[in-house]
Amino acid sequence: MTLAIEVSGLEKSFGEVQALRGIDFTVEQGTVLGLLGPNGSGKTTIVRILATLLKSDAGTAKVGGIDVSSSPDQVRTMIGLTGQYAAVDEYLTGRENLQLFGQLFHLSKKQAAQRADELLARFGLSDAGDRGIKGYSGGMRRRLDLAASLIGRPSVLFLDEPTTGLDPRSRLGMWEVIDSLVAQGTTVLLTTQYLEEADQLASRSVVLDHGTVIAQGTSDELKSQVGGDRVEVVVETPSQLSQAKGVLASIASGEININETEHRVIVPTSGGSRAVVEVVRLLDDAQIAIADIALRRPTLDDVFLSLTGRSAEDEPSVTPPSKQRSRRGARA
Amino acid sequence: MSISETEVKFRPTFGWLIYDTITVAKRHILKITRVPETLFFALIQPVIFVLLFAFVFGGAINLGDSGGAGAYREYLIPGIFAQTVIFAVASITVGITEDANRGIMDRFRSLPMRPGAVLGGHTLASLFQNILVIIILSITGLFVGWRIRSSVVDALLGYLLLATFAYAMTWFGAWIGLHMPSPEVAGTAGFAWVFPLTFASNVFTPIATMPTWLQPIALWNPVSCLALACRKLFGNPIPFPGNSFPERYAVPMAFAYALILLAIFAPLAVRAFKTRNIGGLKA
Repeated sequence: MTLAIEVSGLEKSFGEVQALRGIDFTVEQGTVLGLLGPNGSGKTTIVRILATLLKSDAGTAKVGGIDVSSSPDQVRTMIGLTGQYAAVDEYLTGRENLQLFGQLFHLSKKQAAQRADELLARFGLSDAGDRGIKGYSGGMRRRLDLAASLIGRPSVLFLDEPTTGLDPRSRLGMWEVIDSLVAQGTTVLLTTQYLEEADQLASRSVVLDHGTVIAQGTSDELKSQVGGDRVEVVVETPSQLSQAKGVLASIASGEININETEHRVIVPTSGGSRAVVEVVRLLDDAQIAIADIALRRPTLDDVFLSLTGRSAEDEPSVTPPSKQRSRRGARA
Repeated sequence: MSISETEVKFRPTFGWLIYDTITVAKRHILKITRVPETLFFALIQPVIFVLLFAFVFGGAINLGDSGGAGAYREYLIPGIFAQTVIFAVASITVGITEDANRGIMDRFRSLPMRPGAVLGGHTLASLFQNILVIIILSITGLFVGWRIRSSVVDALLGYLLLATFAYAMTWFGAWIGLHMPSPEVAGTAGFAWVFPLTFASNVFTPIATMPTWLQPIALWNPVSCLALACRKLFGNPIPFPGNSFPERYAVPMAFAYALILLAIFAPLAVRAFKTRNIGGLKA
């Protein structure tokens, strides 16, 4: 197993705000790691340190086995970075942008032009390549931005909230591109606030909160921390709620919960979709009419909720450090 | 999939610094051709000042024995050159802050290019723009009655001085830009200091007509030195000639001011570029 990224004991403060309080994680080559957490949890700070944009206060960070603070130049030949903003030049065309970054990557003029053509074609921008970026849609800009970060054929790619602000279709397009990169062996470190995105793309995730790692593992491992699947049934007749609970007790893997207002019975189960069939059969036998039934798998949002007691999509809770962070406008 | 050695040639050499600087400069020069308004707005202010002072205020300004309206226009143009060169700070300050806020600076900084080249290229392109502006202003000056009355060598030295000063100011502007939180702030606070600096100088009016407490400040003001040096080098009127140190040595002092600015702010700007959390400051 080769490690593409190794982070240990990483610390960083901005003034009095401790953005990172000792971060440890590793990423295997050719896999995707999701860095998950709300605003101000330290995701972007980690990416900026790994991408040689920021020096850490303590700890080490290595990319491809090379220390980012002692040999940043060597690290820069291996990495690609796509930030939260489409970092392309407004006044140049798509092709000119890619050629510019290619030349700054020290490709020859001819190679830079060739690479620009390749990338434009790959990202469906060939027709728009000679138009100014000003006329590009948000999705096109992001694609061009991602293309620009691939100029040097990076073995490690940092994607800082790559789909923030994109419409669902563009987001799916982005996911496909990222999948295909990983299939070709690129290591990806992805930060996101969308739990669904980490679920979709990342083989492993690191959950951050206030600059510390609060959980890490595969999606399944994280989900098992909040329990397994649940079958949720809405009954037609509210008076049958407790009867339903009794009937279903035999197949539940844990305590059955009842939501009176929604007429909902929540049955923890380990049986997957077969459990749904079982639930239907049991309720039918007991002549309890079903208004709605669904198998619900825990999302990473549930994970975050159970780990921190609040939803990841909430603003950071009202602790002084995060308030200060948002006032300073620092994106930690 | 790693980068093949033949494709990416990373060598930490001076050659790459030059190559990267020129590549970045080309980007900015291309931008001037794409958005010619940039040049237009860089010109409109000095041209308005020329017209305003040549035809509106000029008649009311006392040049002592140096004569009437024609003399004032010859006096004014080198002052406008100096003011324009000081204002060179503005567009680069905003440009740098824009790049930082749009994440382009991040992209540059994550590339295996030479760090000095990003600012080097930007300032080089800015110098190019300023030279264009000075040329167009010189032609405008000829229309309102300004003339070069010195030798070719002196005149060339005058333009060299303006270019050197402009270049130093762009590095100063780059340094300011790297410390500004947003282009909006850079557009106002970034160069608000330019106005008092150019007005408390001999750009528009002779220092001898100012209150006595202001005179030494205006006399040592680098902008005054630059304007006076230009007047000397272009052979234009120098009213109320004095014999103080900055008046006698205006030309070497102006060069010295420019080189000192450059020696201080070029390394400071490159250092800020390398170490500051640029772009990480934004919301």
